[in-house]
Amino acid sequence: MKALSRFRDADTVHHIATEIRRLALDRPVRFMEVCGGHTAVIYRSALTDLLPEEVQLLSGPGCPVCVTGNDFIDQAVALAELPEITIATFGDLVRVPGSTRSLTDVRACGCDIQVFYSPMDALTWALKHPDRTVVFLGLGFETTACTLAATLAECVRSEIHNFRFLSSLKTMPPALRALLSSQKVAIDGFILPGHVITVTGLEVFQFIAREFSIPSVVSGFEPSDLMEALLMLCRQIKQDHAEVENQYRRVVRYTGNPQAQALIEKMFEPCDMQWRGFGAIPLSGLKLRPQFSCWDAENIPVEVEPTREHPGCRCGEVLCGIIHPSECTLFGSVCTPETPLGACMVSAEGACAAVYHFAPLSEKV
Amino acid sequence: MQRFIRRLFVDRFANPILSTLEDAALVSLDGDHLAFTTDSYVIKPLKFPGGDIGKLSVCGTVNDLVVMGARPLYLSVGFILEEGLKLDLLERIVTSTAETAIIAGVQIVTGDTKVVPRGECDGVFINTSGIGVIPLGKGLSDSPFASGDAILISGTVGDHGIAVLSAREELQFQTNVDSDCAPLNDLIFSVLSVSSAVKWMRDPTRGGVAAVLSEMVESKPYGALIYEADIPVRDDVSAVCELLGFDPLHLANEGKVVMVVEADEVNHVLQLLRNHPLGRAAAIIGHITGEGAGYVHVQTAVGGVRRLQRPAGELLPRIC
Repeated sequence: MKALSRFRDADTVHHIATEIRRLALDRPVRFMEVCGGHTAVIYRSALTDLLPEEVQLLSGPGCPVCVTGNDFIDQAVALAELPEITIATFGDLVRVPGSTRSLTDVRACGCDIQVFYSPMDALTWALKHPDRTVVFLGLGFETTACTLAATLAECVRSEIHNFRFLSSLKTMPPALRALLSSQKVAIDGFILPGHVITVTGLEVFQFIAREFSIPSVVSGFEPSDLMEALLMLCRQIKQDHAEVENQYRRVVRYTGNPQAQALIEKMFEPCDMQWRGFGAIPLSGLKLRPQFSCWDAENIPVEVEPTREHPGCRCGEVLCGIIHPSECTLFGSVCTPETPLGACMVSAEGACAAVYHFAPLSEKV
Repeated sequence: MQRFIRRLFVDRFANPILSTLEDAALVSLDGDHLAFTTDSYVIKPLKFPGGDIGKLSVCGTVNDLVVMGARPLYLSVGFILEEGLKLDLLERIVTSTAETAIIAGVQIVTGDTKVVPRGECDGVFINTSGIGVIPLGKGLSDSPFASGDAILISGTVGDHGIAVLSAREELQFQTNVDSDCAPLNDLIFSVLSVSSAVKWMRDPTRGGVAAVLSEMVESKPYGALIYEADIPVRDDVSAVCELLGFDPLHLANEGKVVMVVEADEVNHVLQLLRNHPLGRAAAIIGHITGEGAGYVHVQTAVGGVRRLQRPAGELLPRIC
């Protein structure tokens, strides 16, 4: 990773932090990041140690595992218990508790659950096991949507029929609009998700500035990227100005990736989607288009238990930035990574897990 | 897992030797100080770049003795074989076991073999137990930890973990990383034979450096601070970790030792390690602290301070 080392250079990061201090903002500001990858870098690098006190960071609904409700896990668990089904999933999801059980629980009872880094790897596995029906748990944002679209396109092209998709794909702009419209939490600026916008481009996020007059910056994923994005946000605040800026210029183009957008458009259509912490957000999800229904796992008949959320779980409020994880009474006592009650404590990119694992003792409640 | 082991086994077997839950039990027999250990090997796949289950079964048990300051002498070996296992594969594994024992200077003096029906184990499971003797006057220092004591590692972290992962079907990536699987007795005694400054050692196997350091400070009146920028990691291991979202400190190592050394002697010990072929990449990675008792903190590469995440359960690649 020598090519990335200059983006992790401590002197560069400290220099940018010094520039932030020099701006001497005259009030506290709260910037929300909406990408689990950013959450992870901020906590793993302990970037907040380098920021002036008046710059506070909030974690928002950027972890795809965390914003997915128990109903999806319950449906996956029910499908896993069908004898002919192999569940194929990204890694974090196996430990997320549903209403009563997780995929790890049913795997221990003999259900076939396979972890893959890529849906294409799962497709290769399905081809080697024609006697199994593979259901891929399609959970993620626009970044994941294009890889799932490509996999679905390959199923169609090669007429592979022992592969299904259970989609819980979500799109970021409607969620950010819902967050800003709800006024549940004061936000002075957004650090926008660099990989999502690599796909979507910047135009679909312009409403943040045009309609809500909130500054935002698309950020990369190295410590100096995030620090530079914060500097750019602080400058917008100082100048009383709001626009969508692009810090991640080495990767993100204004128009995004038109080929990826076209493929997503071809294979999926917008649908209403449930978000933990928000409820149903109209047209914030993606489902398979009707002509691909034979690959849609929603069409597999299965009985799913009624959805229940743990009564004390406050993941929804954490995801909206209303509370810090340590303000949840279950945090660190009943709810831990070994015994998680909510998704935010399971995912490597969840805010609760990040605080539990990485926050220095001085920050722990 | 620790709580589970204590509740299920330690409380029932109830004796002060077991309750320390060290890598090897230290026992006395007619004035001799012995170390006694056992371990079972269920690795999948059976062969991986740089080794196989046979080599691992010798190195793992030898190293558990050596990190307690004991010279390993004798091993037992128990094979559980799945019906239908290919004979040529088994012969290669047994040959590897024998060759590794010779390199490690131990004799396999007793053993057992069982065959179970097809599907009831993953090819081969191996258990090895080992006995070693702690040489008089040449063991670990019995001085307690002091703030400022140095934490060293004998080489790069994560090699074994990535080598094994690369050999698994479901995570398809290619690397040139070989497992670091190796017996550590020669390396460690090259230090212990001339220095009495080593206070503690562990081989960071499953759970990696994070696991052994977390266990080292748990419930103790001291903590540890390690420096992310000083931890030796191969570029290719680092690249795979970035791609899959792993922390190199959580990955298994089978030929490395973590040491706590008196501050005044750390440069001498470091040079002794680097003089040995297995220790060329040895580095100082942190020190013992009076603050943050019971926890390990990391000074990140950009200068912030965070806690070291305790590894938990199965390694899972990140989602996006």
